[in-house]
Amino acid sequence: MSTELKLKELSKKEDLFTHGHRMCAGCGAPIIVKMVLLAAEHPVIAANATGCLEVSSCISEYTAWKIPWIHTAFENAAATISGVETMYRAYKKKGKMDKDVKFIAFGGDGGTYDIGFQSLSGAMERGHDMLYICYDNGAYMNTGIQRSSATPRGADTTTCPAGSVIPGKPQRRKDLTRIMAAHNIPYAAQAAPSHWLDLMKKVRKALSAGGPTFMNIISPCNRGWRSKTDDAIALSRLAVETCYWPLYEVENGETRLTFKPKTKKPLIEFLKPQGRFKHLFAPENEQRLKQLEADIDAEWQRLLKESAG
Amino acid sequence: MKKWHELVPGAVILEGGSAVRFKTGSWRAFKPLWIKENCIQCLFCWMYCPDMSVTVQDGKMTGFDYDYCKGCGICALECPGKKGNKAIIMEEEGK
Amino acid sequence: MQKVVAVTGNEAVANALRQANPDVCAAYPITPATDMMQRFASFVSNGEVDTELILVESEHSSMSACIGASAAGGRVITATSSQGLALMWEMLHIASGDNLPIIMPVVNRALSAPLNIHGDHSDAMGARDTGWIQLWSEDAQEAYDNTIQAFRIGEHLALRLPVMINLDGFIISHSIERMEYLEDKAVEDFIGEFKVVNALLDLDKPKSYGPLILPDLYIEYKRLQHEIMSRVKGVVLDVAEDFEKLSGRKYGLFESYRLEDAEVGLVIMSSAAGTAKDVVDSLRVKGIKAGLLKPRLFRPFPYGEMAASLQNLKAVAVMDRADSFGGYGPVFMEVSSALYGSSKRPALINKIYGLGGRDFLPAHAEETFLELVDIAKGGGIKTIKEYIGVRQ
Ligand code: SF4
Ligand code: SF4
Repeated sequence: MSTELKLKELSKKEDLFTHGHRMCAGCGAPIIVKMVLLAAEHPVIAANATGCLEVSSCISEYTAWKIPWIHTAFENAAATISGVETMYRAYKKKGKMDKDVKFIAFGGDGGTYDIGFQSLSGAMERGHDMLYICYDNGAYMNTGIQRSSATPRGADTTTCPAGSVIPGKPQRRKDLTRIMAAHNIPYAAQAAPSHWLDLMKKVRKALSAGGPTFMNIISPCNRGWRSKTDDAIALSRLAVETCYWPLYEVENGETRLTFKPKTKKPLIEFLKPQGRFKHLFAPENEQRLKQLEADIDAEWQRLLKESAG
Repeated sequence: MKKWHELVPGAVILEGGSAVRFKTGSWRAFKPLWIKENCIQCLFCWMYCPDMSVTVQDGKMTGFDYDYCKGCGICALECPGKKGNKAIIMEEEGK
Repeated sequence: MQKVVAVTGNEAVANALRQANPDVCAAYPITPATDMMQRFASFVSNGEVDTELILVESEHSSMSACIGASAAGGRVITATSSQGLALMWEMLHIASGDNLPIIMPVVNRALSAPLNIHGDHSDAMGARDTGWIQLWSEDAQEAYDNTIQAFRIGEHLALRLPVMINLDGFIISHSIERMEYLEDKAVEDFIGEFKVVNALLDLDKPKSYGPLILPDLYIEYKRLQHEIMSRVKGVVLDVAEDFEKLSGRKYGLFESYRLEDAEVGLVIMSSAAGTAKDVVDSLRVKGIKAGLLKPRLFRPFPYGEMAASLQNLKAVAVMDRADSFGGYGPVFMEVSSALYGSSKRPALINKIYGLGGRDFLPAHAEETFLELVDIAKGGGIKTIKEYIGVRQ
């Protein structure tokens, strides 16, 4: 019952994540969830780390999920879904279940890069048949835009505010996709909602890999990024075209860029529309801006080299 | 509101997708309007809407579900339209 | 037919877990619970159970995986101790709040700092307000029997609550005792098939677990949780009655030992109760009307029943193998709460003993009884809370 990855065909599928959720207007995360669930070809059971997506999608007696869904805590979506997946295997073994089911955990960058990192690493090492999806908006947005280890260098957040002495986050962001690939899992990838077809193909690859897989998906947040409510997809596209967020996959150890911009756009095109980087354009902060550019460039060069074989 | 003995033990929600009973349309400050003649039926608006508020029938865009649309404007910004003429524009509510 | 064996507490409990044949077990090693899970892992490796094992990277993940597995819809176990239970703390509340009947033996051990791997009750006492049912065991036989009964209690359709089965680290977990095993088939029949409720794996009726609940409903859910907890005593007694028919061994909410006509008594749980019973006997020979109450069900706490059993004594010492710094011992707090509402009540003192595996000796019990005799004669209470067996 595989649906062709064409919008016309996909639009005939049932929405498994419904309207009536309470994410902010223009949030990237529900777009990602919708694409992921549209891409899936089997029934899905999902776990969700505490965070924006979780609190906004299941409140009181209203759930936006039309699939079985579980939230337990912040740091353990991977461990939680690993329990669900294991019970499924117990069912299969006893012949109590004949359908093939897929297991997906969703977490923000706080619940994935930081507090949930151990649980994620453990679940990947154990080899559960599951896909972990990080919707990376680059800070703890749910608690009010505090820095995370996914926050890019120089960004202004409420815990690394751009001040006269320290101009935003001093540290470089953690390269989680690479760390996950280093678990030697069958599939790890980076995706962006602007590139929906690439994203959905990757979801399909991940779900059919037959083991633990990981996807890191950039998730624009107009509140935390201090941009406009209509630019989630535009910023996602700029992130890709400036190589801030390279689209690539690591399949059985092989790195492959899935999108190479014809001409790499200057990083400032991605940064300029976002209030969180505004201070970097003051002359005294030029150094920090250069560092950020250097971070992004180094990552891109590394990927070019790696994917060239 | 429910009384304590009317609740489901474990706070389990037994009805999937019950959020459809929670209308978010009142959040809107701007409203998307569809200009049918400029529409090329690319369905980008449908795919990119964070609130599943672009209605599609038989693979064709038919308008918006204003009960839920939060007026973010993504659909309008992403709409390619015809020959540079947008098929979605945003209009201030109550105008 | 029962089989007489000589086994350690860990071995006995592992055997009970094998007989329950859970669907999923998540485990992480910690002394002194480790070898219980090692034994269980060997049952899995040798095909003696149908269980799927998840060997997690921490106890936090162990309880998280148990919650996921239990919500998915099946029988789930784990075991832990001390720091491991402490690391699970957050998830313990979620297991009970989600009404998931996870079964967990806890091999009681002291908490850091300083580091100590030996037996006391600090770990489980610290988890007494997590919404779990707590059963406490005096010896390997009780630990085994409690584990078997725990499945029936936790999985009861009126409850669906997680259960902790407590046994003293090393003293019970690692000492070999003579005890009796029930036959596999008898245990299987006694526990019965797992009854699935609100399973995530029921794809036709998708459920959401773990919503955000705002102030307009949260307290109602907590009131409901209290209500469910209040049904536990009845279920525990019903299950005990059935278990007695099967095994010949009698269980209640607590055990009363020579309490009916006692004037002085100890409230003491777990392995130390065995030592104290011997002292009761020897004091009785000397004409002292001594008795003992050994709590079994600590959560929910049987306030009324305990008050009725203790109110006619003249003086009672509540023995705590855990402390609440700046407060009384946890068992003392409950017993004094239980008695407050009685028109008649004994004088009450609290002894903290045996922390970090310090031996509880007959002399300690005797000394305490003699102090109680003095109080009963009108000698007055000198200190309410005191440590025994401490070098001064
Ligand atoms: S304005 Fe936003 S919420 Fe409304 S239909 Fe367009 S994309 Fe969807
Ligand atoms: S994005 Fe614009 S052109 Fe494309 S279907 Fe929607 S309204 Fe029509």
